[in-house]
Amino acid sequence: MGFYRALLHLFPRSFRAEYGGEMEAVFARDWKAAHGVAIAALVAATIVDVVSNAVQVHLDILIQDVNYAARSLRRTPGFTVTAILVSALGIGATTATFSIADHVMLRPLPFPEPDRLVKLWEDHSSRGYPRMEPAPPQFLDWKRMATVFELLETYTGGSASLVGSGEPEQINGAAVSGGVFRMLGRPAALGRVLAESDEKAADGERPIVISDRLWRTRFAASPEVLGQTISLDDRAYVIVGVMPADFYFPSRNRDFWRLLRFSAPGSDTDRGNQMLDVLGRLKPGVSIEDARAEMNVIGAQLSRAYPKELEGKGVTLAPWREQVTGQPRLLLLGLVGASICVLLIACTNLANLLMSRALARRPEFAIRAAVGASVDRLVRQMLTDSFLLAACGGILGVVMAMVAAPVLVRLVPTSLPIAEVPAVDLRMLAGTLALTIATGMAFGLLPALRVCRKADGSALKDGARGGINRGTERLRSGLVVAEIVAAVVLIVTVGLLTQALLRVQGVSPGFQSSNVLTMRSTLPRPKYQKAVTREQFYRRVLEEVKALPGIDSAAYISFLPMVFRGGVWPVLTTVPDPASPQRFAPPDLKNERRASLRYVTPDFFRTIGTPMLRGRDVSAADRSNSTPVAVVSDSFARQYFPDRDPIGQQFAFAFKVRTIVGVVGDIRVRGLERDNSEPQVYLSADQFTDGEPLFYAPQDLAMRTSVPAESLIPAVRAIIRAADPQLPITNIRTLDAIVSAETEPRSIQLRVLGAFAIAAVLLAAIGIHGLLAFSVTARSREIGVRIALGARARDIMWMVIGRSTLLAMIGVSLGAGLAYAAGRSMQALLFGVDPGDMRVFSAAVILSLVMALGGSLLPAWRAIKVDPITATRAD
Amino acid sequence: MAMTDPRPESLLPLQPAVFHILMAVADEDRHGYAIIQEVLSRTSGEVRLSPGTLYRSIQRMLDDDLIVEVHERPAPELDDERRRYYRITRFGKAVAREEANRLSELVRLARASGFVIKKA
Repeated sequence: MGFYRALLHLFPRSFRAEYGGEMEAVFARDWKAAHGVAIAALVAATIVDVVSNAVQVHLDILIQDVNYAARSLRRTPGFTVTAILVSALGIGATTATFSIADHVMLRPLPFPEPDRLVKLWEDHSSRGYPRMEPAPPQFLDWKRMATVFELLETYTGGSASLVGSGEPEQINGAAVSGGVFRMLGRPAALGRVLAESDEKAADGERPIVISDRLWRTRFAASPEVLGQTISLDDRAYVIVGVMPADFYFPSRNRDFWRLLRFSAPGSDTDRGNQMLDVLGRLKPGVSIEDARAEMNVIGAQLSRAYPKELEGKGVTLAPWREQVTGQPRLLLLGLVGASICVLLIACTNLANLLMSRALARRPEFAIRAAVGASVDRLVRQMLTDSFLLAACGGILGVVMAMVAAPVLVRLVPTSLPIAEVPAVDLRMLAGTLALTIATGMAFGLLPALRVCRKADGSALKDGARGGINRGTERLRSGLVVAEIVAAVVLIVTVGLLTQALLRVQGVSPGFQSSNVLTMRSTLPRPKYQKAVTREQFYRRVLEEVKALPGIDSAAYISFLPMVFRGGVWPVLTTVPDPASPQRFAPPDLKNERRASLRYVTPDFFRTIGTPMLRGRDVSAADRSNSTPVAVVSDSFARQYFPDRDPIGQQFAFAFKVRTIVGVVGDIRVRGLERDNSEPQVYLSADQFTDGEPLFYAPQDLAMRTSVPAESLIPAVRAIIRAADPQLPITNIRTLDAIVSAETEPRSIQLRVLGAFAIAAVLLAAIGIHGLLAFSVTARSREIGVRIALGARARDIMWMVIGRSTLLAMIGVSLGAGLAYAAGRSMQALLFGVDPGDMRVFSAAVILSLVMALGGSLLPAWRAIKVDPITATRAD
Repeated sequence: MAMTDPRPESLLPLQPAVFHILMAVADEDRHGYAIIQEVLSRTSGEVRLSPGTLYRSIQRMLDDDLIVEVHERPAPELDDERRRYYRITRFGKAVAREEANRLSELVRLARASGFVIKKA
């Protein structure tokens, strides 16, 4: 019988209390009647009977409780909607931001053993560039000398014009060394990947691997694509493989991978041609510290072997995942911090709401207990209430997370080889859901247990007499203060970042970006290998474009500002040095100077509104057979010719001696936030002779317009089409859009943080309102007595508002300290704004007081409306 | 707990255990063990209600107002204080009738389809 009694514990206590005795009696009879084998059968059948029916009874009670909870919650729609929204906000915000942050910063890269993949750079820290791409001879030396890598490979990004089978299209891709795919460990979805053996193939054979996207859009996903030829930059490539849809390398939006070919060993000695990305796979058992140690030794050896090019330069490496550094990482971490604030506020608010509700239902539970409901049944009921609220909040939170994800996704950097849109992270969702449910259960359960244990009618009297339990009040007040603290942190953070954004937006880029339309047409080789073909193209297009009504001026440049931030070359003396790859001697080994190189057609500076400070622009008179000229930026002139007129001065740059004919204002080539843009050197496009790197051939067309820029796009496209029907036209946008893109991540972060801050303020106001409203109700008798004894309305109001002000001041004091610490931690994002900016903190204090006032108005109004006669009526 | 919806059809189809219990208490009040014995007897030993199934069903039937617990006790020498007696309600009778009609209709349809029904 002990066995059966123990089994009966599977049933709910109330059921056991009701029917346990009879069930034992029935079992006792069967037990008495059973003999031999029948006993085993009886035991087995009893176990099955009890287990299956106990589950059913629990389910029945749960369904009953859920129905009751639903009816009860429907009767208090204000509370229900508030509680669900509060839970949803906390769950949704946290899940969305954690999913993004996990996708970008924590989740392993989608390659086998990604922890062993490291990226290598030249370390030019002494010149302010800790990570510089190495030149081909440097990479080849690293590969020859290093022993810590299983594979050391290289790649370089690029784009090419794809013609044939559809509109000409400029597509992005990469040139990779033969071992890259083996290192990445991802096979092709169709055909094969490039291999080391392809490097040894004859130059005429050009294998290429394409992306899934390109396969579907240009080849209709045909399985016959293998062996087909495509034309990129007028060169034929044979498709040998198609990669899977989830393969991204080295970043998103890459559609082809072709072989990177090097010159014969020893023939390329230019260690200043910094162009390669290098990736290595560590040998098993080799740590990154071991690799660093070896590469430091190799770096030092190469420095000694090539002092002119490599003195003071080392090698640095880092796990490939850690490419995301600096601003993007801080932006994401800021969002994660903000979402944690919102989650904490949401949980404290939920806790307060549930505690209020539990206390308000004391009389109801007392009545139910008096008519026979057991304590565990009542507690179970309360828990079901809380669980239902949290579950509804959770479902709504998932929807909010899914809706928010596409907005936040624009914060996912393009530089990582990961998909753009992460799925809603189920672990994060489960975690935040569990936290919310735990909060709901804890703060719904504790008061329920207290209330239900007093099921002796005293709860009824409590309800009539009024009065507040001091401990509960202090806890609830503490929770409200915590909400205010979190709200203050968010308000200050938003304030500081807003100041930073305004500062960045106020930075002059060095040109007038309004009313300038731009587009790109990259001139492919071999068709445009010869300078004369390029000159004919520019001349024809510019002549026709300038003739269009609404175009004030137009010009070509190699790369628009802020679109390409590299293209930096050394500035050399005019002393020839045949041993130097650049053909001229550098001024000072220890103090290498560099400037950004761009080729322009005449009128470029007028077109984009960069002031000509001295001298003249490049002109049609600057031909290939005349003296090579240069227009330099003001910083260049001040740096190299501080005491003299730079006009007429000479320097060696990009293989030639150049004579300065003009000085223009500086442009922020590297972006609005970077103040380390190199000085700029602009060379005449007509002096871009054969043999110079075609990479710099002007391709970006800029046009200043006097009519809405978008209206001119079709006409300009038609002109370029007519000049060369096979030329893709891409990146059509205004210069304003390019500048705005600089601040887009900040703007997005600010919008999201702003939404979080608004939510936090609202939630904190609700929290204050809830606390004070309950307090007024509980103290209505006391208030009635005060009024009866002569207290004025303003005294009663001050009683309420004074309390909320006190809570706000405590919250603000604590919050200000935390907010300052938060500001210091994200100082790199603040663009010079002081983390203790008084205007921001003052605004936060005022807003918090307004929030406290807003939350206390209604309870204060109700307090002064208390009727002393009703309130003091005897129980 | 009284049913908010008094229509007997709303409870159909009845679970077999519930129907058997209704039939067992249709003509007299019985306690739990007696219901088990009555059902066993009526079905010639085919249906034996386990205690778990019986009391779970009784709880539901009380909630649905199909039966009520009666407080009139038999003579002390025949009584066991642990026993609780149950009586069918008018609503319970109506539901049982509806269930019987439903089952009869099913049998008629089965016969019409050519399925041979064993005589009880």
